[in-house]
Amino acid sequence: MMTSSKDLKRTANFFSREISRLVDRPLRLMEVCGTHTVAIFKSGIRQLLPLEVELVSGPGCPVCVTSNAYLDTAIAYSRQDDVIITTFGDMLRVPGSSSSLSVQKAKGADIRIVYSPLESLDIAAANTTKKVIFLAVGFETTAPTAAATVLAAADAGVDNFYVLSAHKLVPPALRALCSNDVHLDGLLLPGHVSAIIGEMPYQFLAGDFAVPAVIAGFEALDILQAVYMLVKQIAAGKAEIENQYRRIARSEGNPDACMVMKQVYEVEDTVWRGLGVISGSGLRVNGKYRRFDATSNLTVEVEPTVEPCGCLCGEVLRGVVKPVDCSLFGEACRPEQPIGSCMVSLEGACAAWYRYGSGRWPI
Amino acid sequence: MKDERILLAHGNGGKLSHKLVDQLMRPAFSNTALDELHDGAKVTVDRADLAFTTDSYVVKPLFFSGGDIGKLAVCGTVNDLAMSGAQARYLSAGFIIEEGFLYSDLVRIVESMRSAAAEAGVKIVTGDTKVVENGAADGIFINTAGIGVLIEGVSISPIRACPGQNIIVTGFLGDHAIAIMSERYGLSLPVTVTSDCAPLNMMIGELLTEVPEIAVLRDPTRGGLATVLKEIAVQARVGIMVDEATIPVRPEVLAVCNILGFDPLYLANEGKAVIFVEANYTEKALATLRRHAYGSDARVIGQVIATSPGQVGLRTAIGGVRLLDTLANDQLPRIC
Repeated sequence: MMTSSKDLKRTANFFSREISRLVDRPLRLMEVCGTHTVAIFKSGIRQLLPLEVELVSGPGCPVCVTSNAYLDTAIAYSRQDDVIITTFGDMLRVPGSSSSLSVQKAKGADIRIVYSPLESLDIAAANTTKKVIFLAVGFETTAPTAAATVLAAADAGVDNFYVLSAHKLVPPALRALCSNDVHLDGLLLPGHVSAIIGEMPYQFLAGDFAVPAVIAGFEALDILQAVYMLVKQIAAGKAEIENQYRRIARSEGNPDACMVMKQVYEVEDTVWRGLGVISGSGLRVNGKYRRFDATSNLTVEVEPTVEPCGCLCGEVLRGVVKPVDCSLFGEACRPEQPIGSCMVSLEGACAAWYRYGSGRWPI
Repeated sequence: MKDERILLAHGNGGKLSHKLVDQLMRPAFSNTALDELHDGAKVTVDRADLAFTTDSYVVKPLFFSGGDIGKLAVCGTVNDLAMSGAQARYLSAGFIIEEGFLYSDLVRIVESMRSAAAEAGVKIVTGDTKVVENGAADGIFINTAGIGVLIEGVSISPIRACPGQNIIVTGFLGDHAIAIMSERYGLSLPVTVTSDCAPLNMMIGELLTEVPEIAVLRDPTRGGLATVLKEIAVQARVGIMVDEATIPVRPEVLAVCNILGFDPLYLANEGKAVIFVEANYTEKALATLRRHAYGSDARVIGQVIATSPGQVGLRTAIGGVRLLDTLANDQLPRIC
């Protein structure tokens, strides 16, 4: 935190001034990725932008877009005595239709937080009488490691490890978003996802929808520079896919990671909270590795899905409304007592708004 | 209510912990000493002004780089007394041990308590040992309570935070939480992060003798610096602005935070103090702190401001501002 703060401020000031100079009308720019949402709040970027520039959070928080039905399935599995659930920590508190994994854990379910899906295999080896189910949630960034875990399990002949996949793909969601009536002047594209898939899969944004987009890194200056690049395109009347994050996200992406994903997963239509069913936007374990697929192998009775009443997470994820526009926000729905998924995940737009406010000081 | 259960978050020092205290404990036990809700209660016995505190220790793992559950149990309680403006004198120690616990580990823990108590200059004068059957506890839990004598002429209270005061932290933040985490999850880091677990009473005692004008003292344990600042801003109805560039965080701590998505400002510390002091006493306070090993990195990180009461702003490295709030939930139960 104690790095050359003068240089940082000077560069930030430059971008801030240039953005103000170029903007001559209200602009709605969407940061697709939840990590960007948090970085924008954490670095106080809004404070450096003219009031005309509105940054809108998008559907790029994996926990947020995971459907209630998926959570209900995971919760139902966790109720079975011979099941150990392994999951990333931020799934624990997401409310399903009538419970959450953290409530089940308090009631005695064996639910373990892992930082890598590979830890599930150690847990499986140490608990051979149990079935270990990994909650595979995430975009193109986490799918390769989950796929690699399946390959490792196959290699090692593990027969008590399963994946409950809710993996999702970003480009189909962006297509669905742009096909909707939501007005967006530009997109900040997720740097980590782009490091895997490269620049090609986004070309339709410029070609089919004439929406300019910039792949952005996650440092404060990365984001500020990406906003500057977007504003510059808009001022020049252009719509291109630019890459601000070249140092990590190569234009061809990471072919090895894509290969691993393809080996284990196949594309399917899947439900996104707030966006509904999007064709070709999900991943499920393919035929060759189906024995590791939880739903194909382990029977479970799942309760009927109930959506929370009055929750506007869907509209928030599409950028239609701001978190503060939801009547539950900050009252019935708070981080310690969340109703919608966007209030749970650290990367959720509602949690970020609740925690950091409007991003403009003084209040 | 009937089906409501206690969640891990009820014990993390954040919002649900506050709710538990406000809705259950305070109404049940309410009295003037308790209602101040300080780290230690101020009580008067035969005209002697005392501070009294208790804390239970459930840290996992029991042994970590820079300390163990025994050292933590002594230092934590000694520090709670110091933050009330009191010099710790006597401690109690209650052990709840799981059947089958290694005797040699208990010896290590007791020895570490002896050594920490000697450094802090406190006596462990009473204790209790209970053993529960296998599975009914996780190794060992320790409770300590402490009695201290309030230092004369000193009045420490969060409501004494006033615009114009400087805010000091006594050193690098987040070391304890990262030391525990790297041990618990077997993170192999290029640099070992050592817990800052330490008794602060000698340093704070000298600070309060040299600068009795100190207004607010808190140790940023669970919930970290951000939670402490927000609580003070709300209690004193003042605004607070701190400068990110001046907040000391080690690069290796920051690196782990970036990977795991933690914010160092919310990480637990076990050997740090946050101090509010008028501008004209700041230099003297810093000089006193820096004479001690536990305060050699002390520095000013921000000020109390007259605007935005109840809010804490962080001036970011790029010159923006973001809000700090109390910790809502964390993924690090059993940090102390």
